[in-house]
Amino acid sequence: MTDADQVRLYRTVRLIRRFEERAVELVHGGQIVGGIHPYLGQEGIAAGVCAALGVDDVIAGTHRGHGHVLARGADPARMLAELCGRVTGLNAGRGGSMHAADFSLGVLGANAIVGASGAIITGAVWAHRRWGRDTVGVSFFGDGAVNEGMLLEAFNLAALWRVPVLFVCENNGYATTMPVTGAVAGSIEGRAAAFGIPAVQVDGQDPETVRIAAAAAVERMRAGGGPELIEARTYRFDVHHTFEHAVRLDYRPPDEVTRGRVRDPVRIQGERLTDTDRAAVDAEVEATLDAAVRFALASPEPDPADALAHLYASGMTARTGGG
Amino acid sequence: MPRLSYRRALTRALADELARDEAVFLLGEDIQVGASLVTTGLAKRFGTERVRDTPLSEQAFTSFATGAALAGLRPVLEFQIPSLLYLVFEQIVNHAHKFPLMTGGQCAVPVTYLVPGSGSRTGWAGQHSDHPYSLFAHVGVVTVVPATPADAYGLLVTAIRHDDPVVVFAPAGAMDTREDVDDLVPVPLGRGRIHRFGDDVTVVAVGHLVHDALAVAEELADQVSVEVFDPRTVYPFDIDGLTESVARTGRLVVVDDANRSCGIAAEIIASVVERVRLLAPPRRVTRPDGAVLPFAPALDRAVQPGRDQLATAIHLTMKDGS
Repeated sequence: MTDADQVRLYRTVRLIRRFEERAVELVHGGQIVGGIHPYLGQEGIAAGVCAALGVDDVIAGTHRGHGHVLARGADPARMLAELCGRVTGLNAGRGGSMHAADFSLGVLGANAIVGASGAIITGAVWAHRRWGRDTVGVSFFGDGAVNEGMLLEAFNLAALWRVPVLFVCENNGYATTMPVTGAVAGSIEGRAAAFGIPAVQVDGQDPETVRIAAAAAVERMRAGGGPELIEARTYRFDVHHTFEHAVRLDYRPPDEVTRGRVRDPVRIQGERLTDTDRAAVDAEVEATLDAAVRFALASPEPDPADALAHLYASGMTARTGGG
Repeated sequence: MPRLSYRRALTRALADELARDEAVFLLGEDIQVGASLVTTGLAKRFGTERVRDTPLSEQAFTSFATGAALAGLRPVLEFQIPSLLYLVFEQIVNHAHKFPLMTGGQCAVPVTYLVPGSGSRTGWAGQHSDHPYSLFAHVGVVTVVPATPADAYGLLVTAIRHDDPVVVFAPAGAMDTREDVDDLVPVPLGRGRIHRFGDDVTVVAVGHLVHDALAVAEELADQVSVEVFDPRTVYPFDIDGLTESVARTGRLVVVDDANRSCGIAAEIIASVVERVRLLAPPRRVTRPDGAVLPFAPALDRAVQPGRDQLATAIHLTMKDGS
């Protein structure tokens, strides 16, 4: 890994970290209505995996999806504007936190239905390959998704038809409040093994480790291999959703949270940089996010008359509800 | 004049679109051998890459099609059994239908879901005999129920070319109908068709029930002048065309092969009475509320809307309004 690669990885994890912290502030300030699912603590996975992809590859994420979109290179200002429900947002204020998408970067949308991205990305990659492209895809999902039948069906299709999809399980230990030990019989790698899909378990808190594993999988997939799975072990530093800041849910022992936060991907990657380089990245990220917040809050809100714009791609319109 | 069956019209539409557009491909269970008799010969002609058999993984292959559509293809999915739509309702409604709006117009999802043999095939019992088109109309997915071979061809072609998801219900009761056809042309969405003009009452019939309505209209011809209106697409619905018809006849009866509560018949009646002052209360002939089709043929028939019920409804409407 070159110095430049290390700096880039650090920049990504730092950007996601500070984006999420600023977004949580905006939730508490009332500028982001509906709250968010913070990606705090899991930044190394999105950063490491997306660093292994090419410009023509495609990804789909989850309800905890900001990190994936940013790691793919989306404009943080437009992403934040989306969370604030502004017309300048990536989705023109129609998708918000759980559906952020940037098709120009191959980000086919965050998806709020657990495990939904697996089959969608398999179909997308299969289609790109039919057009003669060298595309690979990534489906991000959490540990909760490995109990969803739709995802396991997608494993089967991808393996059967040798579609190069990297299934990335972000195992943060909890599906909302359900501990993985109480939810997953067998193992996550074992799920993949059952379909003949090669699987590895990696330390999701180390962005370089994730990148190395993802790059190896992507190389094999491009060479004609079928799908692969990475189980990235991670820890969610904060709440499942910001509503937890208002309601007290008792499901994670405080000492577990303290221990979990010790392995911090931003710190781990930051220590690989010189102090000067790190300070420069930090300052740049801060300036980017200051500008992003200003942009988002200054952006206009959508016109209520256009509430159902884009309902039909064909241009069909719907009857109104009133009168 | 060539005589064309409804089933063969669907095959023709699929073949013509596969030949016309590289982006079209078919996906489904047992479609390479053509177990539904609709895709017969297509795998041999277009190859198994474009006519693909899938494992029994309806949820995954439905979302696979969404992904393929996002990447520029035009998938056509075949479901041999209408109840499978319950299994993939999530994938169609919550993903395919919602993606364009949720992404602020960044994408289109041009997928066609074809259900040949929808509704009752006698003796297929509780889990194979539903006709769930009202569910898709309710959520705003384009929903097509052709009654005739020419419309089956024309509407399926339009569905495949349409940039949004479309569910095409081909009723079992219509699959074996035949007609003389000169021209096979695309049929627009949202435009109904009057199969028979009349002065006294408009009967709206969906799918195969158009043929029953025509038969009843013929039987009653010396007593009542019945107009038979076939919406062809239940969503979008040709409310302008129907309003024009009912404004002339002043009476409305709807016959719909689906359960009564929240069925399309209720929606049709509501939409008309919002616009037209009727001479008599409107009536509907449907399956009973919450019906599950029983196995024994006599019981199956007892649950489906029948010609006698339709004739009775027409008579009562005439009496109420006289």
